[in-house]
Amino acid sequence: MSFEIPKEPSQSHIRTVKIGATPEEGGTRTSTLEIGGTTALPFHAFEGESPRKPLIAMEVFDSVPSRFPQALLDIYGDVIDKPGEMAKKCIDEYGADLISIRLDGTHPDKGDKSPEEAAEIVNEVRECVGIPLIITGHANFNKNNDVMKKVAEVLSGENCLINWVEKDNYKTIAACCLAHGHCVVAQSPIDVNIAKQLNIQLSDLSFPIDKIIMDPLSSAVGYGLEYSYSIMERIRSDGLAGDDMLRMPMMITPGHESALCKESWASEQDMPMWGREELRAAHWEIVTATSLLLAGGELLIMYHPKGVEVIKKLIGEEL
Amino acid sequence: MALTGLEIFKLLPKTNCGDCGVPTCLAFAMKLAQKKAELSECPHASDEAEEVLGAASEPPMRLIKVGVGADAFEVGGETEMFRHEKTFYHQTALMIGINDSGNKESITKTIKEADAFCIERVGEELHIDGFCLSNTSGSEEKYLETIECLMENSSKAILLDCNNPDTAMAALEKLDGRRPLLHTGNGDISRFVEKAQEHGASLVVSSDSMDDLAAHTEQIIETGFKDLFLNLKSKHAGDRLRSNTILRRSALRRGFKPFGFPQVWFVEPGDEYELLAMATVGICKYSGILVLPEFKKEMLMTLFTLRQNIYTDPQKPIQVEPKIYTIGEPRPDSPVFVTTNFSLTYFIVSGEIENGGISAWLVIPDCEGMSVLTAWAAGKFSGETIGKFAREIKLEEQVDMREIIIPGYVASISGDLEDAMPNWTVIVGPQEAVDLGPFIRNYMQR
Repeated sequence: MSFEIPKEPSQSHIRTVKIGATPEEGGTRTSTLEIGGTTALPFHAFEGESPRKPLIAMEVFDSVPSRFPQALLDIYGDVIDKPGEMAKKCIDEYGADLISIRLDGTHPDKGDKSPEEAAEIVNEVRECVGIPLIITGHANFNKNNDVMKKVAEVLSGENCLINWVEKDNYKTIAACCLAHGHCVVAQSPIDVNIAKQLNIQLSDLSFPIDKIIMDPLSSAVGYGLEYSYSIMERIRSDGLAGDDMLRMPMMITPGHESALCKESWASEQDMPMWGREELRAAHWEIVTATSLLLAGGELLIMYHPKGVEVIKKLIGEEL
Repeated sequence: MALTGLEIFKLLPKTNCGDCGVPTCLAFAMKLAQKKAELSECPHASDEAEEVLGAASEPPMRLIKVGVGADAFEVGGETEMFRHEKTFYHQTALMIGINDSGNKESITKTIKEADAFCIERVGEELHIDGFCLSNTSGSEEKYLETIECLMENSSKAILLDCNNPDTAMAALEKLDGRRPLLHTGNGDISRFVEKAQEHGASLVVSSDSMDDLAAHTEQIIETGFKDLFLNLKSKHAGDRLRSNTILRRSALRRGFKPFGFPQVWFVEPGDEYELLAMATVGICKYSGILVLPEFKKEMLMTLFTLRQNIYTDPQKPIQVEPKIYTIGEPRPDSPVFVTTNFSLTYFIVSGEIENGGISAWLVIPDCEGMSVLTAWAAGKFSGETIGKFAREIKLEEQVDMREIIIPGYVASISGDLEDAMPNWTVIVGPQEAVDLGPFIRNYMQR
């Protein structure tokens, strides 16, 4: 029997989304980025083209997260509460492609910072760094919408990625992204149909379909990873098969999800079988990130510099 | 690859003699295609028909058993490229690499520690599947000695990694009856077929190229020996992902027999974090056996968890049975918790209560397998539904305790729940399960 590589070419390709805007384009970014465009399953270089590599964003905070792995606190030290400086460090030392600013401190239960305070923080980061920005909100719809309205306005023309809208709360944020020229993350709760429905709803609002990035909701290893993994594989297969409302690039959040897990911070003294805790925060994030990368994630928001290093190396070697 | 009725018909005598009990050859062919009849029922079937049909009825990837007794494992037998298409059946076996160069004491210590290493997660005990012993010393005496040490200290499966043919032969002899695997680097493995057959071993066929690998396996299959594993060598993780995918797809989707075997990946030693990423690629993407270069607890803990996730059957409902669960050995006055019947929620909450060091009752009403906030939003986890469930299971007859602890995310149902359970006081617990530890300490002290 002679051997021939069994290729299964795709019918379609993933859309390309551009994030960031230079002064000529109406923003202030020194560089812009594109993701998407692939015609094959992740890293299947033998049967398709992947013109753009997955991108890694790192996250900074408007207030120190209440539960953060000690390993990460030790790494970031005194910049953890200085989002501008932390963003610089993430770029200069760890090679972040984008910066996500998480505005959890505006949540009514977590500091209740005002939209104006959020705008100040976002501006600070914008001035410190030149790469494209992601603005990450929270699940308190009323407050989040107020904050996002303000922030989208302040960042008008920057073509940021506003993270996120969901099926029960998309109109306000989509409208201000449209007005101020930003991309949006369409988040769905590990459900192909809802993911598709939300994209249809956004396009019904005349939201440009090539400014949408999907977040099918990441789960960390041990905390539902298999659901995220399989939903992402299905979305990607359907998108490549030509389903127009599932052809958007996908974002994953291994940093945030892994940092919440007990495995990232419980001490070896309490959990002797788990081994050294200073390694576990990176381990948990690397395994979560790698598996979701294999499932089709193309924009990763990460926390641990070691994780970023390893994933960058994998991506550089075409995984 | 299954044949259609018409394809089978072409192989039959086409005499419509009826000796098989079916009036026409076409009808018999249809029954064969549906697996409702066997070719042996036709007394006139040709040798060609037997050969073709026999090959067609074989599974696309061979299932192979390694090791013996309670520690044996099976790999292969897979039918899908994606777990959402149906399921993955036989989880990646994780084997720990050891060698015969070190001193006996430290080897024994590693073997004992790795053999005993066990993590419990969502009701399952997770452990390694065996050891891969490399003959780095080059000495036969040392190798056989280390095998003895391995057999003394562990009954798990053994993969022999040995380039010297004489040493490998002697090792197979020593492991007679233990169903080991043999890998001899790039050497010609076919000379071991007879010996492997004699001693119940499987062979790992290694190569740098797909064509070469196919030629080697084909040659061995012709001898009738089929307990093979494939090792297509790779430069890095991306290479391995692609070659694993191509080999598996060739077998499952194209019926390419020379690749119809599970794959082994000997992960090269290196940076611990990179190893972890490589092993993740192996577990997600089709390695039947992963050999890890060393024993590291935190690495295995993470990989066990990933493997459990990926090999969970997606067809299995993700709910636990609604009922009252016991944690430890609760007394009538032990604390009473309530959460939803989404498996993950249940396992995380019950695990955290257990870690809190107490015995307790955990009430799990039917929430259609939704998590706390989703069930609450859908009206499946309300004061009314919890109260109704408590009456159905006669909670008040089972416990004397009259306080019920609810998840912090649904603090707003407290009033309704107290209305629905008039003799009870509702206590609002933490929002996240990970905070149950400190919560339980305070709750027990009050």
